Amino acid sequence: MMRTAAPQPPVADTGFVSTAARLVSDTRFAVAVIGAGPAGLAAAAGAAEAGAESVLLLERDYRAGGILNQCIHDGFGLLRYREILTGPEYAEREIQSLSAYHKDSPSDSTIFLAASTFVQTIHRSGTGYFILYCMSSGQFTAIQARSVIFAMGCRERTAGAISLPGTRPAGIMTAGTAQRLMNIQNITVGKRAVIIGSGDIGLIMARRLTLEGAEVAAVTEIKPFPGGLDRNIRQCLYDFDIPLHLSTGIIRIHGKKRVEGVTMASIDPDGTLDAASARFVPCDTVLLSVGLIPEHELVRDAGALIDTVTRGPVVDQNLMTSIPGLFACGNLLQVHDLVDYASKEAESAGRNAARYARGDVETGTACPVTALHGIQYVLPQKISIGGRIEFSLRVTAPEINFRIQFLPGSGNDAPPSDLPPAAPLFSKKFARVSPSEMIRITVSCPKAEPLEVSGGAEY
Amino acid sequence: MALHDVVIVGAGVIGCSIAAALAGTGLSILVLEKEADAGFCTSSSNSGVVHSGIHYASGSNRARFNVAGNQLMEPLCRELQVPFKRTGKLTVAWNVQQAAKLIKLYEQGLANGVPDMQIIDRDAMETLQPGISGIKALYTPTTGIVSPYELTIALAERAYANGVEFSFCSRLSKIKPPGSSSPHFRLVVEKDERTANSSTYRPAANSQLQARVVINAAGLGSAEVARMTGIETPDIFPCRGEYYILDKRLKDSLNLLIYPVPGAHSGGLGIHLTNTTEGVILIGPSNEYIKDSEDTATTAEILQALRNEGHRLLPSLDTNDFIRSFSGIRPKLAPPDEGGFRDFIIESSPEVPGFIHLTGIESPGLTASPAIAEHVKEMVGQLLPLGKRNNIITGRPPINGTPFLSTRFANAGLEEKAEMTARDPDYGSIVCRCETVPLAEIKNAVLRIFGPITLAGIKYRTRAMMGRCQSGFCLQRISEILEEHFNIPAEQQTLKGPGTELFTGRLRPLDPDKAANLPQTGREYSE
Repeated sequence: MMRTAAPQPPVADTGFVSTAARLVSDTRFAVAVIGAGPAGLAAAAGAAEAGAESVLLLERDYRAGGILNQCIHDGFGLLRYREILTGPEYAEREIQSLSAYHKDSPSDSTIFLAASTFVQTIHRSGTGYFILYCMSSGQFTAIQARSVIFAMGCRERTAGAISLPGTRPAGIMTAGTAQRLMNIQNITVGKRAVIIGSGDIGLIMARRLTLEGAEVAAVTEIKPFPGGLDRNIRQCLYDFDIPLHLSTGIIRIHGKKRVEGVTMASIDPDGTLDAASARFVPCDTVLLSVGLIPEHELVRDAGALIDTVTRGPVVDQNLMTSIPGLFACGNLLQVHDLVDYASKEAESAGRNAARYARGDVETGTACPVTALHGIQYVLPQKISIGGRIEFSLRVTAPEINFRIQFLPGSGNDAPPSDLPPAAPLFSKKFARVSPSEMIRITVSCPKAEPLEVSGGAEY
Repeated sequence: MALHDVVIVGAGVIGCSIAAALAGTGLSILVLEKEADAGFCTSSSNSGVVHSGIHYASGSNRARFNVAGNQLMEPLCRELQVPFKRTGKLTVAWNVQQAAKLIKLYEQGLANGVPDMQIIDRDAMETLQPGISGIKALYTPTTGIVSPYELTIALAERAYANGVEFSFCSRLSKIKPPGSSSPHFRLVVEKDERTANSSTYRPAANSQLQARVVINAAGLGSAEVARMTGIETPDIFPCRGEYYILDKRLKDSLNLLIYPVPGAHSGGLGIHLTNTTEGVILIGPSNEYIKDSEDTATTAEILQALRNEGHRLLPSLDTNDFIRSFSGIRPKLAPPDEGGFRDFIIESSPEVPGFIHLTGIESPGLTASPAIAEHVKEMVGQLLPLGKRNNIITGRPPINGTPFLSTRFANAGLEEKAEMTARDPDYGSIVCRCETVPLAEIKNAVLRIFGPITLAGIKYRTRAMMGRCQSGFCLQRISEILEEHFNIPAEQQTLKGPGTELFTGRLRPLDPDKAANLPQTGREYSE
């Protein structure tokens, strides 16, 4: 199949939302959602379900679905739909579920999609609206919204971002770029590849390249454990006899014009490369799967605080950023390993944004939630109201018999206390944890107070 | 055999400056370039600094052409609409020994005619650059920055629009000086056969040429080219400089260039912090003599050293937020055991009349280029009659009827963006999201390329693919645009010319209706 030549009418073939293909300047919406990937679609549904009068989905591609459109492998939707779906099928389900909010007449519809639309900047007007300046289908417009949900997902770390040493010839790209080229544009990227990094996209592409007749010479990972999900290690590498080299770094990319190979070497436990183990692996292609970075530029420019660990915005229990009225969800907030969770999180952001738009969000003093020993990060990073709060977190290293605890903390500026330590709000031993798998925990918090989250192995 | 009055070897900033200076004087001129575009080697991979002239021995070519070039650069850039900014520079001393050297540099600058220098103390340093380290600094307000690849491209465009021919992917392999068999130079050019019969590449020159005058501006290859004529010339010692490009977010953290006091035997001026006209900050370059003049690799050790050194110069700078590393190679005459600098060689060869030899043009070659070009023009004038330049196209010329877009969309204000988009809907379609490059600018760049169409050529003309995501988002979109608007199939798309093909083929046979619209490449599309 050749890729589609010209942008398709974004929605005619998907059965939902029709109108806003042409945005009209100064139109006001209750909620604007930036990004119509899985998070944006679910956020729009959540907002509409919670009674938002009008929801505008802004998408830079020419159709909704986001990265799902290029994920032609299966494994999506097991939790959300109790089925095994491909990426495009999952997107289709999400789009169909929005059709309830679409009527033939725009005046009766709730959800609108503006495809081929780039949001340039966001300003706050004096009237309680945010103004979004957009390039949309060849025109420049400014629309207004009471609340805005950021659902732009993430981008891949590049060769430049990891200082990949050696030359910079043709044939080096991120795994996701290769995925789009192969699955949407019908282009083969190479004949013999080395995949640097063991993130899920790299694992998926190792299998995809193999199925298309290319050889994957190696997958390398600098850490002693893989970055991707266990099931992907088994189904994408082991099932195809693709070697996975853990604790292995790249010393040099070779080739002046096109990639000719890589030199890799083992990494000693102290973190240094063992030069004696250096070996040359010939290849014509290098794919990178070395991490994902939330696309936080727009939300940061809008003034929201960014978490230095997740690199997404700091949010409270409503998934609201440090700027009231701006919400975040999906991979922009934290990189999810399953889309099902991203959708669920986004629905919640959508509901809260709808409530905010009608002035129905309670806030209080924000208390920090701090990740301590053994924990990479915890979301939300702040709580301002007590209640049953769903947290998500990742651990720093693979462990067994790992106990995770939520304790009332002192807060950053409270004086040291002689009181006995408070009882944990949550304490549970997990048989097995891994940084590649996000952990979701619901905790009853009696009130807004500083929390400390820590973990440790118990033998 | 085609006869040209002048053949210029090398389309770097020196070759293109000379071509632009000679264009319109009535001579037939051809520029030969082994790469696929102007400025693909050293001229695109450097700090982009327009030096003041403090660093070079008085009376040397380097001092003379640097100070003159510094004066010429600003009006030239204004005329060519090339980004230029007079930022000023601090050369920083950390101890008293270095402070003493600052005085030497100051005195050398005075002798070279560098205006407005000052030696300043910590308070004044802190005012110019909050957070800076060091005890004293030499402030040279005339130091500036220019976009080196845009300048090279603009000069090539000016030359081309005024009748200079360019032949890319054309490596000179032989020069036979004038003699009994021929009154002219005879040149043999190796052409890459992959450039034949392809819509990506433009026709290269014939493989056999004649010339009345040959100008050697081959940079790293200048010794090799000179020896083809039989003259003796010192070796070129390639010396690599690695750089980091910091994230654009940090652009306001550096007000002006910060350099250390150069070491006595250093092959460069020391690792420094440089603003670029695009707003990103560079840390570099390192200083490594290498064997292979095309080995533009980067190394883990040097990159770590760059981060450390950047931090030492400006402790407040977040040197861990970088987007890319790269390296460029200096064509040095000073061998590794000597270090430091030797002077530029710029001469009309006494042994081979008609051969103008330029070699060892490393730093400050970019700054010196406009002055060197004027000087070489005079040398050509002694060999060939130069006509008056009239009817010359000035400014940034249209190329093959396509005008230069003087306002970059990303730099336009909101109202201006609205106007641009209303005028041309292709502005409303963003291709590169990191650098906000619209379809209109991609199309314009492709139409203005008069040599092979390459991704790097599009990158240097538009900034697409230069941002944070390093083409992760826009590579596939630009590939589509090349197919759909310019009939260049994906298989023929290259990064930097033949051998740098980006993709290896198709997964499935192309749709036959689509295939009919694509140029024939000799490939079978049937199953």
